[in-house]
Amino acid sequence: MTWPRQLLQSVAAAAVAIAVAGVALALLGADPLRALGALVGGAFGDSLALETTAVRAGPLLLVGLGVALSFRCGIWNIGGEGQLNGGALAATALVTRGLGPEPGVVALPLALLAGALAGAAWAALAALLRIHRGVSEVLSTILLNFIAALLVAWAVHGPLQEASGAYPQSDAFPDAARLALLPGMSRAHVGLVLAAALPFALWVFLFRSAAGLRLRAVGFSPDAARYAAVSPERETLRVLVISGALAGLAGALEVTGVTGRLFENLGSGYGFTAIAVALLARLHPIGVLPAAVVFAALAAGSGAMQRAAAVPSVVVQVIEALVIFFSVGFALPRRGGG
Amino acid sequence: MIDAPTLLLVASTIRFATPLALAALGELVGERAGVLNVGIEGMMLAGALAAFEVGCATGSVTLALAAAVAAACALALLFAAFALYRQADPIVSGTAVNILALGATGSVFRLLHPAGTALGRAPQLGEVAPGVNGFTALALCLAVAVALFLGRTRFGLALRAVGERAEAADAQGISVVRVRFAATLFGGACAGVAGAALVLWLSDAFVEGMTSGRGFIALALVLFGGYREWRILAGAVLFGAASALQFRLQAAGSALPYTLLLMTPYVLTLLVLALFAGRSRAPADLARPFHARG
Repeated sequence: MTWPRQLLQSVAAAAVAIAVAGVALALLGADPLRALGALVGGAFGDSLALETTAVRAGPLLLVGLGVALSFRCGIWNIGGEGQLNGGALAATALVTRGLGPEPGVVALPLALLAGALAGAAWAALAALLRIHRGVSEVLSTILLNFIAALLVAWAVHGPLQEASGAYPQSDAFPDAARLALLPGMSRAHVGLVLAAALPFALWVFLFRSAAGLRLRAVGFSPDAARYAAVSPERETLRVLVISGALAGLAGALEVTGVTGRLFENLGSGYGFTAIAVALLARLHPIGVLPAAVVFAALAAGSGAMQRAAAVPSVVVQVIEALVIFFSVGFALPRRGGG
Repeated sequence: MIDAPTLLLVASTIRFATPLALAALGELVGERAGVLNVGIEGMMLAGALAAFEVGCATGSVTLALAAAVAAACALALLFAAFALYRQADPIVSGTAVNILALGATGSVFRLLHPAGTALGRAPQLGEVAPGVNGFTALALCLAVAVALFLGRTRFGLALRAVGERAEAADAQGISVVRVRFAATLFGGACAGVAGAALVLWLSDAFVEGMTSGRGFIALALVLFGGYREWRILAGAVLFGAASALQFRLQAAGSALPYTLLLMTPYVLTLLVLALFAGRSRAPADLARPFHARG
């Protein structure tokens, strides 16, 4: 399929999903047009809203890229949430317990590296379970989501809790471990520039490198790949490691760029939303960029929608699910067909 | 005679095990027909909310149960429409069902009960002995019925043929898609009953996301049980015991933090999968879409 047609189908999937959710809300007695107006205002209405949308888009972009990469290779990484939590946890442990009060210029690169490594390790666990023990990564990555969330809960109630012990959260990061804000911005941090550059890097890797070709070959047909001396096992590990590293990096960017500390439910929903992002992008790295902005806008605007139209913000998840259905059910070319 | 604390532990083991067994036995029927439904977590959640709302409104356990089955079957229909009729990927479709259930139950619950309003309590299905009530009986009957159906009936044979060799079954004149559709609905209904048990028995309230991974544990139990009814029941009891012990330790003021204790079911599931998943032989055409000639 040519890309304008794919783009058209994605726009249609998103529009129909929002329309269906609107009809459902109307049936439940809410005012969908008012809700939509508040949502758009909350996402794009003023510069602060725009910045909030951009800040939300960062992690969705990174986790969504990882999902797009793994789904493209036929590996179902549903564990973005856990890998993001793992990255945030590792970055926080390093910054608040490993580096001391005056960490200097190495703090940020080390924290981001720790996040990416932890996310990669968390995903590698699922890869090793699949390769050596035949455990489907669908189940293992989902189970690892629950375990990672509880690990974060344990850490902020225990070993990483702030010195005052007042709340279940970590100490605030020192300035040296905080990402700078973009010039003239009050929320958007420099990590977003890195995030926005990664789709292009991943595109070059996937479509212009031999390693990327091997990954895609496994996605087309593991058996054919094996005949071409490509080991599906090694590629499975590689895909999950890259995908987990991206999610882990998202977690590290979140604590160093947005929250400045670790607490529970930090990545709430990013992992699942990222699946909708990747599928709306038709698993294409460049497409992840606009798709992440769409879902970031939904997330950023949902608070305003809840206040102005009394529509619960979780309705956004309904839209995500519908986008997934419409993306895979109606637009992907069907194989075979007799 | 067994002493009181042991009896309590046994009863609580059965309470935790029963919903898992119900959901896993339903999933078993689907998987034997070749349908991998990772959306049962969401179907349980929808069942739980429907049972809570209808139970509170009518005070009737029977109506609550019927509503739970209806809500879960509605999601199963949606799953079937995409995974079977549109031949969308079953894992993606199941994941979408889970996300939809989280969002839809959350939205409906918050719209019906705005913050600050008092919540009702769902009617409860009483126990005739500690841990024994209609849900327990239903789970046991379901295990017997599924074993007899799959192993001893012509329809069961046809269903297994569809899961093992869809093309061959099709050549024999069996409608692959129709069998899979029926198996999916059955699995959805079982997940709905399992979700209802959570609010009509294990607790009397609905909490957003209250299934907390039980659907995924049920999926793992099918693998752990090697697609055999009795081993699935045994697995459910093992997990029930782990949950019961974990809450016992929490209540006894264990030195271990509760967050780590809450991790037990998930870590145990991973361990069990690592030990047993590679050994059980899945139906050959599991999760493989079927294209009818026509």
